Order: sequence, then C-alpha cells, then structure tokens
Amino acid sequence: MMNENVEQHNAHGGFPWKHVIGLILSLALTLIALWIVVSYSFSTTFTLASIIILAIFQALIQLLFFMHLNESKSRVWQIIAIGFGFFTAATVVVGSLWIMAYSL
Amino acid sequence: MIADIKAFLSDFLVLGDPLIYGADISIVLSMVAIVFVLSYFKKWKWLWKEWLTTIDAKKIGIMYIIAALLMLFRGGIDALLMRSQITFPNEGFLDSQHYNEIFTTHGTIMILFMAMPFIVGMMNVAVPLQIGARDVAFPYLNALSFWLFFVGAMLFNLSFVIGGSPDAGWTSYTPLAGAKLDPGPGENYYLIGLQLAGIGTLATGVNFMATILKMRAPGMTLFKMPMFTWSSLITSLIIVFAFPVLTVALALLTIDRLFGAHFFTIASGGSPMMWANLFWIWGHPEVYIVILPAFGIFSEVISTFSHKKLFGYKAMVWSMVLISALSFVVWLHHFFTMGNTAAVNSVFSISTMAIAIPTGVKIFNWLFTLNKGRIEFSTAMLWALAFIPNFLIGGLTGVMLAIAPADYQYHNSYFLVAHFHSVLIGGTVFGMFAALHYWWPKMFGHVLNEKLGKISFWIFMVSFNICFLPMYFVGLMGMTRRMYTYPEGLGWMPLNVVITIGAFGMGIGFIVMVYNIYWSARYGKRDKTGDPWGGRTLEWATTSPAVEYNFAHIPKVETADAFLHMKEKGTTGQISKAPFKPIHMPNNSGKPFIQAWLMFFAGFGLVFEWYWLAIPAAAATMLVMAFRSFEYHDHHYIPVEEIERTESATGRLN
Ligand code: HEM
Ligand SMILES: [Cu+2]
Repeated sequence: MMNENVEQHNAHGGFPWKHVIGLILSLALTLIALWIVVSYSFSTTFTLASIIILAIFQALIQLLFFMHLNESKSRVWQIIAIGFGFFTAATVVVGSLWIMAYSL
Repeated sequence: MIADIKAFLSDFLVLGDPLIYGADISIVLSMVAIVFVLSYFKKWKWLWKEWLTTIDAKKIGIMYIIAALLMLFRGGIDALLMRSQITFPNEGFLDSQHYNEIFTTHGTIMILFMAMPFIVGMMNVAVPLQIGARDVAFPYLNALSFWLFFVGAMLFNLSFVIGGSPDAGWTSYTPLAGAKLDPGPGENYYLIGLQLAGIGTLATGVNFMATILKMRAPGMTLFKMPMFTWSSLITSLIIVFAFPVLTVALALLTIDRLFGAHFFTIASGGSPMMWANLFWIWGHPEVYIVILPAFGIFSEVISTFSHKKLFGYKAMVWSMVLISALSFVVWLHHFFTMGNTAAVNSVFSISTMAIAIPTGVKIFNWLFTLNKGRIEFSTAMLWALAFIPNFLIGGLTGVMLAIAPADYQYHNSYFLVAHFHSVLIGGTVFGMFAALHYWWPKMFGHVLNEKLGKISFWIFMVSFNICFLPMYFVGLMGMTRRMYTYPEGLGWMPLNVVITIGAFGMGIGFIVMVYNIYWSARYGKRDKTGDPWGGRTLEWATTSPAVEYNFAHIPKVETADAFLHMKEKGTTGQISKAPFKPIHMPNNSGKPFIQAWLMFFAGFGLVFEWYWLAIPAAAATMLVMAFRSFEYHDHHYIPVEEIERTESATGRLN
C-alpha cells in the first residue's frame, strides 16, 4: 500500500495553484466575517445571517480546495462520512437550540 | 520590587504546602535519576534514535501505554488521597480547596491522560498487525499525535507544582470555571493541556480511519476484519466527529478567560449553561470512545480463550454502528436537572435507554461465544470474564440514572460516582488490563507471569467491588459527590471505611501487576513462536515482538480469523518465504517531538498569559511545519539482504 503512495507523492509536481487560490479565498472570507462583526455597523440579524452564509462558503472551500472532495475514487466512504457529518452537525445545532431555548 | 518577586514566586512555585514540597522533591530527584542513568549507561543516543524520533506505530503504542500506566499511578494516588480524607467524619487531612484540586486532576487525568492513551496505545500496537499492514497510513502524523498528547499531559501535570492545579472538576463548568470566580493559571492549565492532547487525538482518529479503510491486506473485506479493528474504526469515527466540539468549547472558554470575551458568562449575553451543553456533546461520545475499543478487546480475548469463533459477528458490528450514532443524541442525560422542559428530558431519557439495546446485544454475543466453548482461564480471559457482570452493574445503574425524574434523586450523588466507576473501571480499565496481558508478548517478546497475573487480578477485582458497591448505597443515603468532608451522625461512616479499604486494595492489586511486569521482564517465558495463545488473527502470524516491517510478505486473507485459517491450511510459512522484495518504510523524524515541545511552551505561555513566550513559540511551531512540508526524502527501502538477515535471525526463513 505504502509503496504506491510514494509514487503518487512524487508524481504531484507543478505549482499548487488550487491550494493558493483556496488559501486566498478562505482568508478573504475570514477577514470579511471579522470585519462585519467588529465594525458594529450592521444590525444583529444581518450580522448573524451574513457570517453564517460566509461560514457555509468557507466550509465548501475547505472541502473542495483542500480536502479533495471531488478527486477521490472511493465515493461511498465520502458519502457516508459527509452524511454522518451532517447528522452530527444537525443534532448539535438543533439539539442545542432546543435545549437552550428555555434555559438561556 | 523584592516583595513583588517574592509574591510572584510564592504563587508560581505554590509555596507553603508540604504535599507539594514532597512532589517538588520527588520530581527533581527522579529527573536527576533519569539523567544520571541515561548518561551513565550512555543511552542518550539510543533514547533519541530508537524512541523519541520513532514513527513506528508499535513503538509509539508502547510509549502511549507507558504514559498511561504512569498516569494511572498519578490518578490512583489522587484517588487514595481523596479516600483518605473522607474515610471518617470531620477529617482535616485535606482542606476543601485541596480536595477540589484533587478530584479535578483525578478525573481529568483518568479520562484524558490514562484511558485515552491506553486505548490509542493498544490501537497502535494491534491494528496495523491485525490488518496485515506495515504501519499506519500517516506515520509522521502518528508520532505528532503521540507527542501532542504527551506534552498536553505534562502541561496538565505541571500545574500541581507550578502555579496551582485546576479546581473546577473534570467537567470545568462555567460560571465556576470562568475568569471571575476562578482566576489564576489553574483552569488555564486544564484548557490548554486538554487542547494540545485533543488535537493529537483528533489526528489519531483521522489516521486510524484512513489506515483501516485503506491499508488492509488483500482479501480482507470489511466483514473479515478482526473485531478489535472494527471497534477501532468506529471509535475513530466518533473521535473525528466529537473532538472538534471539545476543541471549540475549550477555545471559547480560553478566549473568555484570557481575552475577556463573554461566551459563557451571563454578563453581555453569554450563557454559562452553553458550556455544559458543549462539554457533554463531546463528553458522551467520549465515554463510548473509551469503551468501544475495550469491547473489541473482550471480543478477541473471549473468542481466543473459548477456542471458538466469535458468536454473531455481524450483530456485533451493527450494534457498534448503532451505538456510534446513538452516542451523539444522548448528551443531555448529564444535565437533566439543569432546568430543561419535560419534553427535552423525556426525549433524551428515551434515547439514552435505547443505547442499552445494542449494548445488551453485545453482552449476549459474548455469553453465546462462551457457551460450549473450551474455556481457558488465562489472566487476560479472567479480566474479560469479570468485565461482564461488573459492567452489567454499571450499565443497569446507568439505565436507572437515565430515568429523568429519578435522576433528580441520584444526580451528583455517590450513586453516580459508583455508576461511572463501574463502567469506566469494570469496562475500560478491565479491558486495558486484558489487552495488556493478551498483547504483552507481541509488544515485548515474553509473556507475563500467569500466577502473578491471577493474584493481581483477584486482588484488584475483589477490591474494586469492595470499593464501589458500597458507594451506591452511601449515595442513596444522601452523600453527594465532590464533598470534602462529612459530619458525624449520618450513618455514613461504616460504608466509607469499607470503600477506603477497597480503594487501597486496588492499589495493592496494581502494585502486584507492576511487580509482575518487572518479574516477567527478567524471568518471564520468552515467546519464540509469535503465537503464544493459539491466536486467530494476523497479529499472531508474525514474530513476537514483530519485526520492524511487520510482515516480510503481506499476508493474503480469505476468511475472518485469517491466521487460524492459514494455520489450518498450513500456509503460515508464506509470510517469510524467500525471495523478498525491498520494503518501503517511512524515515524516523525528530520534528514531531520538537514541534510538540514548542507547542508545550506556547501553551505554557498562554497559561500564564506570557505572550512574549507564547507568540514566538507558536511562530516556531509554524516554522517546523513549513520545514516539514519541504521534506522530500521521508522514506527509505529496506534492502533484500537485510530482510533475509532479519528473517533468518527469527528462524522463520524458508
Ligand atoms: C483506584 C481506583 C479509583 C478510585 C478509588 C477512585 C475514586 C474516586 C473518588 C473518591 C472520586 C471523587 C468523588 C467525589 O468526591 O466526588 C472520583 C472521581 C472521579 N473518578 Fe475516580 N477512582 C478510581 C479510578 C478511576 C478511573 C479508572 C477513572 C476513569 C477512567 C475515574 C474517573 C473519575 C472521574 C471522571 C471522577 C469525577 C471527577 C470530578 O468530580 O470532576 N476514576 N474517583
Ligand atoms: Cu453520557
């Protein structure tokens, strides 16, 4: 198994444009989110909504540019893993909101 | 000026407490002793080349296990100190502050720095061998995981002698653990120490998931994997999804404490209860992280020593899958009493009870594996057999605690303390002890003495029950958790005396086990065969201890219990059959060690809010990572001649 990995490593080569673009995009999204929050010039609703949307884009960029989501051969595992990820994320968010609704 | 320095040193060095002076002296003495021994025997180079820079999973596993045993000792001493304080009413051995610190360090160390490394250590020792691989998927990352865990544990332990221990419980609930009510470095140590170790654990989860999914020997389909490998896969999955929640929660509380944010303070719109919520979103999956690998080990041990195939293999797997999903939807049972609505409590009450179903399935599977088996009462098997009833007690009392209205009675009483020790000791610790005896020959090439092993088993197991069964009752009598003393006349004394006797008995059992380790290293039976127990899975197909590259030829797998099948077909020799091909292996590296210690100093800087230390150390960490990414020669080939030499030295060459 590992033998094959070596060959793949060395085969990479070329300038990693994808990573650089991903890095710039994710930095930009982070800075925009930070600016929206610390500038205090928007309503709370707008602030919250916009940072959530930015966070979703951030997650997509991470998955596509760094985690090679669309490059792998073993699709099944990716689907299972992402499905489980959605399941836990949803339980955490929905569960916390429900639990905290009365005790905040 | 001088007065300032004096005041600083007095806090920094925690002056004025004889117990801490004792610790200071013993730490300095043992450091001097280690340095002396290493220098006298000229072992520095050996230590660096063979251990500190190793990225061999087998050795990393051994280091994890040694660290876990040391932490078990430290946590055990904490436990005995606590028990000494609450044996009799109105004792003055420890004051309340000191007691708070000790139950905090005991709980945190036992879970994060004892149970976790023990499990990860066993995974490192056994999983690559069980799936017929030569190492894990990312060996360098594996070394980094270990060293991050190690420096996290060291940072946490340092709090005792430098700056003062954390004292808000292993759960570190806000607002108590916030900056306002608990100033000083203690809680910072908790936050940063766990953060470092947690990052290491997260990387371990990724690593073992990739290893098990991608590096199995040809022919080993998922449903032919050994049960311990299955449990490691599921555990890794839970780690990957649960630990990020801890990372975030710790980071938020750190930001609260160090930079004055208000995530968990009522002021400025924060919510202290959010901490409890986030902590247990991680915390409940965490208890399954520490129990599932033990389940895997029991499956291996029970099947091996019943000389029978594991009963209901598929049911075992699916029940673990179900447990992993359910473990994410029960966390509220840790705070039923926090004032949620009845609907919230009911839902989580039912989801909690549902977990008992797959767990029960597993218990029956083990019982049916034993049924009509040719049972061999080895030490490992004794631990596995004792697990069943002891864990059952913990599981059943767990179902009692899951009944939300009743939990208002049990919550935070000694009944709860007894419950979680029943599952943690009766499950996890028994499991690790079983694994220790079972895989010891694979790690070190000799078996542990069976007679001493059985003596330590009986002393420990009986004392465990003497210690924890009475706790259920003293809890029902009203004694609450985290109580540093109790008044006379409540009728609690007789039970408390019994509990303390049991606690010391467990200490004796542990000492016998350590003595067994020493005795067996000197005189124990050497394992020349590589297969001392009549094993069924691939780790027994190679030598004890396994050669550097695990298998000269990767075995071909046709069935579950692959090695047993090879023995039946008489094909065991093929693993060492000439001709060989050069074997590709990763290079050792000192970078994980260096990077982790830089992170230690960055963490230490954060604990004391010394940014002049934290920032440069963090920058240096980045630098090491940058250097690593330009490292192209990170592997080598073992030449055929060397493989031939190694194989003929083991007497296996054919
Ligand atoms: C030698 C065996 C042990 C003894 C005698 C023992 C005893 C105790 C005692 C007396 C307490 C404090 C109860 C209180 O005052 O609230 C405690 C708490 C705790 N123990 Fe143990 N223990 C042992 C082993 C373990 C192990 C092996 C684990 C985990 C794997 C563990 C996990 C915990 C935890 C999480 C707490 C709660 C700490 C807190 O309240 O924050 N213990 N134990
Ligand atoms: Cu739980």
